Amino acid sequence: MTDNILVAEKVVKRFGGLVAVDHLDYELPRGSICSIIGPNGAGKTTFFNCLTGFYSIDEGHVHFENYSLEGLEPFQVTRLGIARTFQNIRLFSNMTAIENIMVGQEPHLHSNWIGAIVGSPGTRHEEKLVEEEARRLLRFVGLRGKGDMLAKNLPYGDQRRLEIARALASKPKLLLLDEPTAGMNPAETLQTTNFIRRLRDELGITILLIEHDMKVVMGISEKVTVLDYGKKLAEGTPEEIQNDPRVIEAYLGRGAAQLMAEAA
Amino acid sequence: MKARLYRLNWVDVVLNALRIVIIVAVIVGAFNTITSGKYTTDQWISLVMSGLAQGSIYALIALGYTLVYGILLMINFAHGEVFMSGAYTAYFLAIYTAKKGWLDSHPFLTILSWMALAAVVSMVVAVLLERIAYRPLRGAPRLVPLITAIGASFFLQYTFKGFYGSAFRTYPEVPALKGTINIGGAEIPIVQIIVFIAAVVLMVGLYWVVEKSKRGKAMRAVSENKEVARLMGIDIDKVIVFTFVLGGALAGAAGVINGLYRPQGVNFFMGFFPGIKAFTAAVLGGIGNVPGAFLGGLLLGVIESLGPNLVLDGLGIPAANQLKDVIAFTMLVLVLIFRPQGILGERLAEKRA
Amino acid sequence: MSATKRFDLRYFIRAGLLAGIVPLYTSVIGMVEVFNKREVVKGMLTLGEMLVIFPSLVVGYLVALKWRREGKNPFLALVGALIAGFVASLPTVLLILVNDRIPLRDMFVNVNPALMEILLVGQEQMAQGAFILMSVLAVSGLLGAVVSFIPYRFRRPLVIALVVVILSGLLSEFIKQVLQQFIERGALKQIVQGKSLTTKAAAAIFVVTYLTTLFWDVKGQAIRTRYNAMPASRKKQAGRLWKTMFGIFLLILPWVLGPYLSEVIDNVGLYIIMGLGLNIAVGWAGLLDLGYVTNFAVGAYIAGVLTSTGPLGLGARLGTDPLGFWIIIPISILAAMFTGFVLALPVLRMRGDYLAIATLGFGEIIRLLALSDWLKPYIGGAQGILFIPKPELPALAEILNLADRAPALIEIAKGDSLLAGLMNLILYGQFSGPQELYYIIFVGALFVLFVATRLNNSRTGRQWMAMREDEDAASSVGINTTTAKVLAFTVSAASGGMAGAIFASKVGTIFPNSFNLLVSINVLSLIIIGGMGSIPGIVVGSLALIGLPELLREFAEFRLLLYGALLVVMMLVRPEGLWPSPVIRREMAADEEEPPPDMGEMQTSQPMRPLSEASD
Repeated sequence: MTDNILVAEKVVKRFGGLVAVDHLDYELPRGSICSIIGPNGAGKTTFFNCLTGFYSIDEGHVHFENYSLEGLEPFQVTRLGIARTFQNIRLFSNMTAIENIMVGQEPHLHSNWIGAIVGSPGTRHEEKLVEEEARRLLRFVGLRGKGDMLAKNLPYGDQRRLEIARALASKPKLLLLDEPTAGMNPAETLQTTNFIRRLRDELGITILLIEHDMKVVMGISEKVTVLDYGKKLAEGTPEEIQNDPRVIEAYLGRGAAQLMAEAA
Repeated sequence: MKARLYRLNWVDVVLNALRIVIIVAVIVGAFNTITSGKYTTDQWISLVMSGLAQGSIYALIALGYTLVYGILLMINFAHGEVFMSGAYTAYFLAIYTAKKGWLDSHPFLTILSWMALAAVVSMVVAVLLERIAYRPLRGAPRLVPLITAIGASFFLQYTFKGFYGSAFRTYPEVPALKGTINIGGAEIPIVQIIVFIAAVVLMVGLYWVVEKSKRGKAMRAVSENKEVARLMGIDIDKVIVFTFVLGGALAGAAGVINGLYRPQGVNFFMGFFPGIKAFTAAVLGGIGNVPGAFLGGLLLGVIESLGPNLVLDGLGIPAANQLKDVIAFTMLVLVLIFRPQGILGERLAEKRA
Repeated sequence: MSATKRFDLRYFIRAGLLAGIVPLYTSVIGMVEVFNKREVVKGMLTLGEMLVIFPSLVVGYLVALKWRREGKNPFLALVGALIAGFVASLPTVLLILVNDRIPLRDMFVNVNPALMEILLVGQEQMAQGAFILMSVLAVSGLLGAVVSFIPYRFRRPLVIALVVVILSGLLSEFIKQVLQQFIERGALKQIVQGKSLTTKAAAAIFVVTYLTTLFWDVKGQAIRTRYNAMPASRKKQAGRLWKTMFGIFLLILPWVLGPYLSEVIDNVGLYIIMGLGLNIAVGWAGLLDLGYVTNFAVGAYIAGVLTSTGPLGLGARLGTDPLGFWIIIPISILAAMFTGFVLALPVLRMRGDYLAIATLGFGEIIRLLALSDWLKPYIGGAQGILFIPKPELPALAEILNLADRAPALIEIAKGDSLLAGLMNLILYGQFSGPQELYYIIFVGALFVLFVATRLNNSRTGRQWMAMREDEDAASSVGINTTTAKVLAFTVSAASGGMAGAIFASKVGTIFPNSFNLLVSINVLSLIIIGGMGSIPGIVVGSLALIGLPELLREFAEFRLLLYGALLVVMMLVRPEGLWPSPVIRREMAADEEEPPPDMGEMQTSQPMRPLSEASD
């Protein structure tokens, strides 16, 4: 039996009459890089939001390690060790890059406001550590020297990286990346792909990503799951998925699927 | 469906405790008052009727908030001043026509002319407000137009103070509206009935405009989705101006109706309280929802009118009528806390992630 | 090519009409008449006249500048400015004509004979007066255009000098109050007469400012370079010197200002305290609180009830001595924090604009409850709480028996120097007037400032800012937004409570109507106008919004009108405020890089740029 870091059982999320996630079962092996793909509106981001506490799920269970995630607020989920990035980058735009990462370390901080006012030694010590750690992470994602720039003034690619750095600052065991290479050119995409792999190899973080770029998905994933209309359409290794006619149908329509089958 | 245990959230605990306290207070108060037999049925009927009349005025103003919110998703905080501008300006025409004796000879036409003037003035103010203060800020963070609206509100109040002075004026008495009608044993002033009917007529007219006319359809399209509406060839600016025109006209008319119902107290500051209360009404009914605004207005009027006697009296609070406004504000806060989507409003996107 | 040279009459007329709205509007709302009582320069120029003339002057200047910048015929610029200035008079002339036929006074209370006399320049004949008015405005337009022809180097000092003269004219009351402490009456009369500058003083100020600016423009760069070239230790020394001098200045400020201006500064200080508090909620945590007056009221009423020596005071009720001022300050702060905490709970889930309205509701509920008969037995209803004593410290002079031991100190206290008042306070500990209370407010403000700065640079401060920027993202990095919000409301309430307690003891009597929506609006406005989230901005905002109107009492009537206009204009033109927080300023600088080459002049003249010019 494999060691799963995250298990979702029969998760359902409805918006009025629309069933965005439909009895979805999902298992995420520890230490793996897995992807969720699917056409637009397939419920991928909704699933992410269910995992991270942004949406409360209507039915089903989600377990992370030994904890149940039901009814938890996003900040509680993050404190358990799940960090995420957003599809449309959501940095704290009027804060500097370094401040963004400092905020990211939130789950590990203990100082409080009274300590801040009286300037207790503990608080000051923690502040120092927080800043050092933030600078270290800044270098780690390759943003050395850009720490004092406002997040919103950074170029697009840097913003993506800063968002990942902010997520890493919480020292997560599981990192959810929502379209990390969206809007990047091939060179940047390749760089990001390698970077994601490094996160797993060097830091041992389990990674789950939503991605549209098939090259990225097929290149780094150990397991690929295809969602369509909130249901799991197919699951398997990249090769299996690439040759699955149902997947091709979902993406390109029935005719194309037949065409491909004939060609094969 | 499986039953699930939610983890207790302490904010929920506080809110539920608050809810229980309020419900208990209302029930105890009402029970005490009713069993004490301090008020007769007639008195209750006349309280409800005056509440409905006052509420229909709130409703007309509330429509302005609701229309603008439906389209721009902003609280036009200065709408109370739009109401004031029309009401105050029409006062001068009212005095003039009363002096000339037209009010006695052709009461209906004369009052209609007041309304027309008030509507035009309020319309102009509303449109200027949109053009100068709000249009350049479209797309700015939400709080920016709210702050501008607060500024505009003060600017308008004191502009009209500069124009017309700071005295309290009184609308002329309309002889045709004197007298009472007997309803269920209670003597109800005719003016209350007229006020209510006038408001209903205006309301139905507006509903027709929004639902049936071409402009109204464009309005609804814009409130659904601005971008799509633009692609469909709808001139967004025109629609927004039209919205302010409608809201302004109704507020102006409400100003005159208010003058008939409650002639005294015409002043540059007269828009503040009705404005806040109308906003409460709009939220109560479901902001962005036209019938909701009307319902909310009537409901608020009745609550405000019954509340002091029914609940506060029963709780042994002296001089309960002083606390009428407290009831209105408490309503406002409670609605915002417990049912921000209002009675008829649908739940606005709970969380956007 | 010929198209660009064409004389666009409509443009000038439109500009003129736009400018003409100002004199018309200010005349009808009564500003011109009220301001006319105030002479800026004795016997030369009243503030009312300025309202009528200035729009023409400015519009002439602007159209000429724009016309020439587009490379068009300079002569036509003069003609155009003349036309624009003339057109600017037409709305007002129309008002005069209409008022002559139909007396408007029945409706517009301020269109009265006194106004007409001002607009007709005192002429009996309407035609003559109107003609003079039209020509004066036309000439002003022309004059404005002529100014625009002066080379930039000389024009900038000229404009600055004019503004300084007008400002000193407006603030002559203030100048008089300050100078009174130093020079005798006869000499003072040479500078300020009544409420206006003398011609001599105005001319002197003009010349001095002109020359200084001219000199600075020429030499300023060199001086700055020399300063920057100084070794760091010297710079630090200089900085420390400046800081010490500023500190000493703040310490003796009330005795420099005199009692009346100290009162003004006290009010400014109270609003600074409140502004620093509200800024935590609004500027940092992004929670728009329109009910800040609640905290102020709670602080004041707690202080009132606990310290009053009257029948409502706790002392009279329990038969004990009422509590003293110094104990009350922490109690009021805690009470306000508790109120902030309690009121925060129900509003936690609300969106920004709903939150604003709900807090406004709280503020009004509190005021109405304070007014009601229901709570009258406890807090006095509309009559309020009376007999709230002033703060006191033990009299050092008696305790230490200084009369014998250090008679020199007593002498200083009795003397005439600037230190006398301060020494008196130290020796006898009586905070009897605005000059003494200044120190309490000053210390209070310093304390709040200290706390606010500490919080801003802490984990808590970062949580608030993250929440302001993006609540969902803040939650996703592990911030408990619920507690962060509650904390912001609670901490922000504290300084309201402090200000309330000081206020109660300062005025001695509190009424519910002192705690109306306006207080909330004042505090909010000063934060926004100063620059949201910026601590120096709060000081600037308080000085501008609370201090200035007290100095310009003619303005008092129009204070809220100007507030309203200022809020709108600020949001439209300069949403970041007068003194933005450093981060925002950095961002603005980043946005403004690379000015187009021909705009260089505009760029350097930025501080003096009139608001209307910013839009073109």
